[in-house]
Amino acid sequence: MIARAFIDWGWIFDHLDDVRDKVVEHLVLTGIALGVGLALSLALAIVGLRFPRTYPPITWVTGTLYTIPSLALFAFFVPITGFSILTAEIGLVSYTLLILIRNIVAGIQGIDPAVRESALGMGYGRRRLFVEIELPLALPVILAGIRIAAVTTVGLVTVTALIGQGGVGFFILSGLRRFSETATEIVLGTALSVLLAVGIDLVIVLVGRILVPWTRPRVAA
Amino acid sequence: MIEFLGDLFRWFVEHWDGDAGYLVRIWEHVTVSATALAAAIVVALPLGAWLGHTGRGGFAAVSLVNIGRALPSFGIVALALPLTIRLADAVPFIDSGLGFLPTFVALFALALPPIFTNTHAGIRSVDPETVEAARGMGITGTRVLTTVELPIASPIILAGIRIAAVQVVATAPLGALVAYGGLGRFIIDGFAVRDMVQIAAGAVLVALLAVATDVGFSRLERRVVPVGMANARHRRTADVG
Repeated sequence: MIARAFIDWGWIFDHLDDVRDKVVEHLVLTGIALGVGLALSLALAIVGLRFPRTYPPITWVTGTLYTIPSLALFAFFVPITGFSILTAEIGLVSYTLLILIRNIVAGIQGIDPAVRESALGMGYGRRRLFVEIELPLALPVILAGIRIAAVTTVGLVTVTALIGQGGVGFFILSGLRRFSETATEIVLGTALSVLLAVGIDLVIVLVGRILVPWTRPRVAA
Repeated sequence: MIEFLGDLFRWFVEHWDGDAGYLVRIWEHVTVSATALAAAIVVALPLGAWLGHTGRGGFAAVSLVNIGRALPSFGIVALALPLTIRLADAVPFIDSGLGFLPTFVALFALALPPIFTNTHAGIRSVDPETVEAARGMGITGTRVLTTVELPIASPIILAGIRIAAVQVVATAPLGALVAYGGLGRFIIDGFAVRDMVQIAAGAVLVALLAVATDVGFSRLERRVVPVGMANARHRRTADVG
């Protein structure tokens, strides 16, 4: 086997348009998953907080989804929704749920009961209490969850290359077809995925500093 | 839908034996996963324990978690291939850089961070007064580590091994992309020829194996925890659940 250059820089410069397109696709896939995941998680967390009995089944179901390997989860839906963006998003959204729900619930449960008490004493209704007091106070913990979900999702998007999506995972998959010549595409795809994860993480940290200036963002499990 | 479930059931009846049957695929899946996990434990556990014992390597532990999370497992499996191919070219007694070797290398790399980090954190979490008391009782040097710190840290260490095991079993299907067998074969080959029944069957098998791994290691965690730690363990799970 003739081992050519491990990384062929010329190839990368010839394909910068493809790189841009795939990065955009990656961001779109990640963004949709996080947006939908956050909306669903918020709804499920509210249900779990309002009716505490539903919380264990909610975490059990989302926890099981989280345990199912990504390839299997995508494969489950291929017979139903095909090799489509919908199949990719069903899997990607599923993986965000456990992390986000846990952090939303932990964030809200961690609020000093005295704060809630005083808000109720000031005549806050349940909804206003949730939107104006509980959510903002829980935001640092929720943001920590969003960071973990975002970084995980960016990595998982690469796997969706196998069902015809994939963002920068496309490069990893096509690189596997000519691994004996060069590792260029594999390295490129993996490096871009890491850069995207770090970049998105940084953006969330900065947004967090703006949204919750009273506290430095900290990482919670 | 009913028809599809019927086909799926028939698939499971017809494809269990033979060289490409799912019994062989499960065996391949488990072998590469177990070898990679065992190798990672051999490397990461002593290293994490020693660095935790001496109070060093905290930065490495934190960085490993972050790197492990940002690196896509798909990329790790793919990256292993050009590396093992070149390794096989250079080292005479390695026949092939395809199949088992790249899968093993990738899974080994994936299993290292959780085991190292949890071992390190587990040892660091031992109350310094307990260590002090052990020293006062005349226990010295590495025996503090083996008789006091490791048993106390064992729930956290085992949790790290469980996380690694589940991750390894979950990622092993990607080995099919680098010409290994395992349960991923059914999914990847099914994708190639658009065989929906085989795709679904592969997904069921992979999911079951991952869940079984998680449940199995959770049981093991509960069983292996030292008697004196049973209460602590109970408190911990109560806090979480």
